[in-house]
Amino acid sequence: MKTSEKLIQRYCAAERINHWIVAVCFVLLAISGLAFFYPAFFWLTGVFGTPQLARIVHPFVGVVMFLAFARQFFRYAHHNLINKEDVKWMMSVKEVMKGNEVGDIGRYNGGQKGMFWVMVLCMILLLVSGVIAWRPYFAGYFPIPVIRVALLVHAASALVLIASIIVHVYAALWVQGTIRAMVEGVVTHAWARKHHPRWFRQVTGKETGH
Amino acid sequence: MALQSLDILRRSATPTPTPQARNPQEVAKLIDTTVCIGCKACQVACSEWNELRAEVGTCVGVYDNPTDLSSQAWTVMRFNEVEEKGKLEWLIRKDGCMHCADPGCLKACPSPGAIVQFKNGIVDFHQENCIGCGYCISGCPFNVPRLSPADSKAYKCNLCSDRVAVGQEPACVKTCPTGAIQFGSKEDMIEVAQTRITDLQSRGYDQAGLYDPAGVGGTHVMYVLHHADKPTLYSGLPDNPSISAVVGVWKGMLKPLATLGVAAAGLFGFFHYITVGPNRADDEDEADHGTPPLPPAKGTKNKERENAL
Repeated sequence: MKTSEKLIQRYCAAERINHWIVAVCFVLLAISGLAFFYPAFFWLTGVFGTPQLARIVHPFVGVVMFLAFARQFFRYAHHNLINKEDVKWMMSVKEVMKGNEVGDIGRYNGGQKGMFWVMVLCMILLLVSGVIAWRPYFAGYFPIPVIRVALLVHAASALVLIASIIVHVYAALWVQGTIRAMVEGVVTHAWARKHHPRWFRQVTGKETGH
Repeated sequence: MALQSLDILRRSATPTPTPQARNPQEVAKLIDTTVCIGCKACQVACSEWNELRAEVGTCVGVYDNPTDLSSQAWTVMRFNEVEEKGKLEWLIRKDGCMHCADPGCLKACPSPGAIVQFKNGIVDFHQENCIGCGYCISGCPFNVPRLSPADSKAYKCNLCSDRVAVGQEPACVKTCPTGAIQFGSKEDMIEVAQTRITDLQSRGYDQAGLYDPAGVGGTHVMYVLHHADKPTLYSGLPDNPSISAVVGVWKGMLKPLATLGVAAAGLFGFFHYITVGPNRADDEDEADHGTPPLPPAKGTKNKERENAL
């Protein structure tokens, strides 16, 4: 056990709160949404008390998630523009999976950036299709064939998002020291130097370590 | 509903089989549009028997009133004027649930037991289980179910399942003054229809026929039409109704696909962790030690934090 470790602030308190609002909303939505999707999981509507309540509350929680995510979008979009290093990362993802870092990674690697844009796309699809299918407030304004497509798009994009979030959570667990970034807001120098060398140099002004 | 005469064939959002031992006869309602005089007695009987009171509407220039189905109007007469073979025809159709053998509403419904299909063919909504999502409205190829503004639950004609259960005919059938609505076993009703159709064909309606669309597996409400070749003449009765392919993908293929995708993501993570192991950043790189860190680079919000614990 070290008596002292050097830490870098990665996420400020506002960013962490923002992230966990989205995360809690997502979990509630995924649980109730899966209940509406899989008959065998219908009992999961209990997450909101009763099936009727789940149906009523689900879309409102969805709107909260979208708004909170939109805030995240404006925080991070400019960090997630894909560059040549990211393409290199994506091409050598096999090597990365073995725990060997590839490329001179900045604040986010190719996988994280890809994840970001998948989430953005899913969130937009979920909001639009969710509003179209939202009874009793909005669905009545749309023709039935449009609602049918919305229901399909809503389910499909939700499932893509759920699978993506599983990857997102796993990646955070796998790369040790990552959870701390979103809980305490800090990462160690070693973490930053190994996983995000270019970002490490930027925030510390150091050219060492690589 | 544990009435033996209402044995359940299918139940919404229920993957396991329902009781299958007893096999009651399939029933059907036959609506002969060629005999209907548009008196709306069926609407009144429906309203009385089911204790429904639709709002008194206003005249919109046609006889239709109420102008559409609602949670308080499970059947409405639809009047349409068309010119066929240079002759004006007034086509009247009693609209309502068709009680499909392959019900789109039941397929779409996510709530176990909110929609059931009885062995006798009646498709019934059990509102106590309804969550008000309106999926049934999207599933229906005939645009029949309606959400009540009062309780956000879906309603539609239940073919008077309570009356049928005790051996009576639906209220609309009971009241029809011209015999345009008949009720019996589906087999018998097809036979009655055939007699009518033969008669109509002999009197110049060579396209007369029975509307029992195969796309939804046949229906338990059937029409005798003078123009069976053009059902849409009857206020938009669909030519070839079937459950929308979009609903089919949503309620069909997407499920195994999604299960596979989500399970793959979870299993991959698990096996990756127990084979490759965690990705640690060991602090073996000592380059850092003893070098005082520089202040953070300009233009970045990230503050370096030296933390002596």
